[in-house]
Amino acid sequence: MALLLFYSFRNLLTRKVTTALTASGMALVVFVFTAIIMLAEGLQHTLVQTGEHDNVVILRKSAESEVQSVIDRNQASIIETQPEIALEENGCKLLAKELVILITLQKRGSDNPANVIIRGIGQRSLHLRPQVKIIAGRMPKTGTLEIVAGQSIAKGFKNTGLGKTIRFAMREWTVVGIFDAGNTGFSSEIWGDAEQLMQAFRRPVFSSVIFRLRERSAFQTVKQRIENDPRLTLEATREVNYYRKQSEMMATFLRILGISLTAIFSIGAVIGAMITMYSAVANRTAEIGTLRAIGFQRSSILLAFLLESLILGFFGGCTGLIFASLLQFVGVSTMNFQTFSELSFRFSITREIAGKAMSFALFMGFSGGILPAMRASHMNIVNALRKS
Amino acid sequence: MFIKILFRNVFRHKLRTILTMCGIAVAILSFGLLRTVIDAWYAGVDASSTTRLITRNSISLTFRLPLSYRDKIRRVEGITTVSYGNWFGGYYIDEKIFFANFAVEPQSYLELYPEYLVSDNEKDVFLKNRKGCMVGQKLADRFDWNIGDIITLKGTIFPGNWEFQLNSIYKGRDSTIDETLFFFHWDYLNETVKKTKLFPMDQVGFYIIGVKSPDLTAQAAMAIDNTFENSLAETLTETEKAFQMSFVSMSETILQTIQLVSLVVIFIILSVVVNTMSMSVRERIGEYSVLKSLGFHGWHICALIIGESLVITCSGGVFGILSTFPASKAFSAAVGTYFPVFNITLETICLDLGVSIIVGVVAGIFSSWKAVTVRISEGLRKAG
Repeated sequence: MALLLFYSFRNLLTRKVTTALTASGMALVVFVFTAIIMLAEGLQHTLVQTGEHDNVVILRKSAESEVQSVIDRNQASIIETQPEIALEENGCKLLAKELVILITLQKRGSDNPANVIIRGIGQRSLHLRPQVKIIAGRMPKTGTLEIVAGQSIAKGFKNTGLGKTIRFAMREWTVVGIFDAGNTGFSSEIWGDAEQLMQAFRRPVFSSVIFRLRERSAFQTVKQRIENDPRLTLEATREVNYYRKQSEMMATFLRILGISLTAIFSIGAVIGAMITMYSAVANRTAEIGTLRAIGFQRSSILLAFLLESLILGFFGGCTGLIFASLLQFVGVSTMNFQTFSELSFRFSITREIAGKAMSFALFMGFSGGILPAMRASHMNIVNALRKS
Repeated sequence: MFIKILFRNVFRHKLRTILTMCGIAVAILSFGLLRTVIDAWYAGVDASSTTRLITRNSISLTFRLPLSYRDKIRRVEGITTVSYGNWFGGYYIDEKIFFANFAVEPQSYLELYPEYLVSDNEKDVFLKNRKGCMVGQKLADRFDWNIGDIITLKGTIFPGNWEFQLNSIYKGRDSTIDETLFFFHWDYLNETVKKTKLFPMDQVGFYIIGVKSPDLTAQAAMAIDNTFENSLAETLTETEKAFQMSFVSMSETILQTIQLVSLVVIFIILSVVVNTMSMSVRERIGEYSVLKSLGFHGWHICALIIGESLVITCSGGVFGILSTFPASKAFSAAVGTYFPVFNITLETICLDLGVSIIVGVVAGIFSSWKAVTVRISEGLRKAG
């Protein structure tokens, strides 16, 4: 067995150019496959990370996102009276009534406009989201025209750095801080005082109410009570599920794109492997005859050639994966169709994706090698020996 | 003679040549499909008219403008028709089934969009029926709707179940026009909003404005925006093309990814063709040396090899182009909801051919290096 492996390996080394070309074709396919799946994964990962499991988001019935939702002050106050809401040490309820609005801002580097989320926050908004930290400046004071920008916004949009002012809704807003929300959707948002934003935009209604559950298991109870209350036309969702849903459409689109593209590409790479293996078999006819004459079985010959193309696939897979994993350091920002707003995220690779890519590469090697290997193992010994 | 040699050489190794051709056909097919996807993205931009302006709230598309702006806009010089509408954002049966639906002022809207062809009879019924709706041919086919059907949409922005009666089905003037849209009366929306009091009434999402001639658009757009400067709802007016373009640029990242991927395809084919050609050259080093000793020059040999690889890539390319048509039909059936307009352009076909030729030449040059530079005496040793 070791001998066979060695034989296959040495055979690949003797024809360096051909091996390199075939493996690089496979590597490119694996790279494209991994990159697009990583993109979908990164998007989903970012949005799922955004939600906290014990937080509940209240939206208007049938609204698909916070932007479409409307909750008036009365309804918001009724939510505030629910007994399942967690309390802070000082006895305040961990609940925030928030306003979510889209505004158009210019991207840095190009003059392309993009829709950015502005979130009007309450006193407790920051407490509800432990992943959000101020990294420069300070939080905005209540009742002033001050805003803080998420890190991705500050990097990607004009006039959003610390101390700059942006004009929207007929007022000048000063950026007094930059916050980092790690790898979550909040990094692509701008936050300001909800009451001030309501006045400026003349929208005297909230978009969503967010609160922390006192106990994880109380969700169903509070959900039923809110949804059956005749005064309310609202829906309760766990924050995690809400954000997961926001990523579904886009991630599905990317996955379909990635899989259908690579399905087509892989045919090309498999054909490349086939050509290589067929010519390897043709060039080594005499060797195969010799091997058979000294007693190697048909199955061993089959295995030797199959191993050779599997090693090719393995090389291709490794190279493709190494290059794809470098993409983790690249940030991407695009519009999420579902929320109609800009979202920054990173390519992210998981063990599962790496496993999938590797098995895909080996599968390409296998399908390219099986026919030539069959041909090699079915040779007639006498005829093969004549070729020398 | 030369051509004869090329074809003879190509088919010396039938299996290898056929496999390579298949590889190229597949690669050209995917390259063509990717190009078509990118074109489909720009379909809205390409179908927009140079004499239409779109006015929207300058904060963002999610904010509305007062209906009273209509008359002020009409007074601006060079403007012929003003129509208005709202993005309705409703869904049919399941929220995953997507198509665009708008509430518009139908009379002026149809005036502004002559590319939507409706029979006069159907149009009259639609204009008279407040609960009527008009849909594109493709959309009607998708759900098997017929004239007179009652269609219920569920609102996401404007909650509730909305009932419409299908009064007319429009066809596009040509294949570049989107036939998957759904229109109904803006008045119906406004009256219902009035009853539910959820939103302020008499608010429109966007104005569509017809201008006399394309050279008046810039001036008219400025004049409109100046009219509403420092008001409670400032406007942003741009040509329809720019408006559509802003949507495209929002998903630029994805477009760039697709463009990058289509370049990668070229490299994949290149590696396959170079591999095949260098194998052929390696096998025939002896022959090339014989040719050289007869007095043929290096460039003769080079021409032979490049010619051979061009024969392979171009025939593969032609197969690829031919198979793009059925493939794009299947693809558009699968993702028709994302891309309402999905046509293969002449440009794509030319690019396909260009790629085949470039790959053929580059692969030929790469692989002929050895044959041209080998010393005759060394090459003849391999002639057996």
